[in-house]
Amino acid sequence: MSATAVRPVVTDAKPPVRTRRRAGAGLGLVAWLVGIVFFLPIAWMALTSFHSESDAATNPPSFAASLTLDGYREFFGAGGGASPWPALVNSAVASIASTLFVLVLALPAAYALSIRPVKKWTDVLFFFLSTKMLPVVAGLLPIYLFAKNTDMLDNIWLLVILYTSMNLPIAVWMMQSFLAEVPVAIVEAARVDGAKLPTILVRVVAPIALPGIAATSLICFIFSWNELLFARVLTGVVAETAPVFLTGFITSQGLFLAKVCAASLVISLPVLAAGFAAQDKLVQGLSLGAVK
Amino acid sequence: MTATTTAPSAAPEHPRPAVRPPSNRLRAWATRAPLLPALIFMIVVTQLPFVATLVISFFDWNALYPDARSFTGFANYGDVLSDPALRKSVWTTILLTVAVVLVSLVLGLALALLLDRRFKGRGVVRTLLIAPFLVVPVAAALLWKHVLYNPEYGLLNGLLHYVGGPQPDWISNTPLLAVEASLVWQWTPFMMLILLAGLQSRDQQQIEAARVDGAGDWQIFVHLTLPHLRRYLELGALLGSIYIVQNFDAVFTITSGGLGTANLPYTVYQSFYQAHENGLASAAGVLVVIGSIIIATFALRVVSSLFREEVGRA
Repeated sequence: MSATAVRPVVTDAKPPVRTRRRAGAGLGLVAWLVGIVFFLPIAWMALTSFHSESDAATNPPSFAASLTLDGYREFFGAGGGASPWPALVNSAVASIASTLFVLVLALPAAYALSIRPVKKWTDVLFFFLSTKMLPVVAGLLPIYLFAKNTDMLDNIWLLVILYTSMNLPIAVWMMQSFLAEVPVAIVEAARVDGAKLPTILVRVVAPIALPGIAATSLICFIFSWNELLFARVLTGVVAETAPVFLTGFITSQGLFLAKVCAASLVISLPVLAAGFAAQDKLVQGLSLGAVK
Repeated sequence: MTATTTAPSAAPEHPRPAVRPPSNRLRAWATRAPLLPALIFMIVVTQLPFVATLVISFFDWNALYPDARSFTGFANYGDVLSDPALRKSVWTTILLTVAVVLVSLVLGLALALLLDRRFKGRGVVRTLLIAPFLVVPVAAALLWKHVLYNPEYGLLNGLLHYVGGPQPDWISNTPLLAVEASLVWQWTPFMMLILLAGLQSRDQQQIEAARVDGAGDWQIFVHLTLPHLRRYLELGALLGSIYIVQNFDAVFTITSGGLGTANLPYTVYQSFYQAHENGLASAAGVLVVIGSIIIATFALRVVSSLFREEVGRA
């Protein structure tokens, strides 16, 4: 699915009768309404994050209360609470480093599966996919015991390794489908002209595959940033990630509603920005490149 | 292109080419070499721990009494399946997954059909609809727990206040439903995106032809659109199931597994992280895998069909 698929070829599907057009406008209104209903919780969360704590926790809700940055100040540790910065930095390190590792491992694999496919390449792809169906909890305990015995608990690099394994299958699938779009004839022609492999990769393959590589990286980043279970079990004080930091708000019973909202919003911001920027690619990646 | 390489071998990751001239064998390895780092990495990091889980699941092993470790065969599985609390978590997992997948799939289909039409601001509406899927899962769960569900100042009861409705305590009264609603909110956009992609890959000429032949909207939907969407519906159900069977964030955040909402992943987490019952936790983990394999078997069939048109390439 590419951008062109979403803004589709409806040119010849013109509604001929006026009644159909009127029904269409009505349905457009319904779509707007549903869109607003779905977005309402997020809009409300954003508004609440700018309210003072006393205005945030009222019933009926206070729509017109004055705005303040106190929630954000509180979240960033002004009130003497723990600073979220170490957790945010850990999340950034885990997400970015694991995404880089994924690229280093997935690119050659995808190359071997698409441009010069090995025999039985579909079996290999299915193996990668099948690891995705192995639930995280199925390996959690041995990984925990291993980490404990090797002093790797509360170490951000353990998460980097695990996030790499979590995202690698998706990345291989996505990149395989992107690289498959590189015409083999061009690669062969370059080879016949005497180009060596590195030249072919940099000059021929990379320009065509680059948007796909970017999309893949984005999705790996989002999944790593969101991950909770591994981080919760395997990190403590030093390597705590942003979602683990957020779980500190679970039992506060909303006493600090504005702070909770500010925290949720700040920590979601990188993902929201990345996701909005690449809506179409997101689907393609999440559906393992199967939907085009 | 390297058609000369191999006789059919057992598994692609352990290819055993028949005796060939060394140059051929060398070339075969050259094409395989780029695959090896990724393959070896995946096997070590995902398959080995699972094998270890499988082994541990046959032991009576509480981490607080490491010396009392002993082999018990299938006893842990018996315990998981006969312990009412654990058996309930199996049932909760099924209920949660089926409800969330079905409801978000139906809602997603309705939304995809709405967004498939042209209207003013369609791009904006699509962006609004995607947002729930992009909020960090823990943040989304916190949002529902504190900002929406809170009985005293949550938005839901705040809005009910205006119509003079009752002010229920959502999480205490209907805990599982509360978790499901938040997950439906998160997953409906995902289903919508996949189905929208499906809708827009329809053959417009075929639809136009049907319309010329006098088919109504409903007939076109049932006889043309739905059959075309089948693959996409299956794919959405499959991917949604894989992720929701494993859901931990929402259960952990909204109810902390209380009030009968503990699903298997949460139970596994609890039985080793809090109760230190390594053997029991592993058995429960293996059960989650068996459940996933049932989904996966169905899954591979679907993906195979999505995949068929490409297979000729090699």
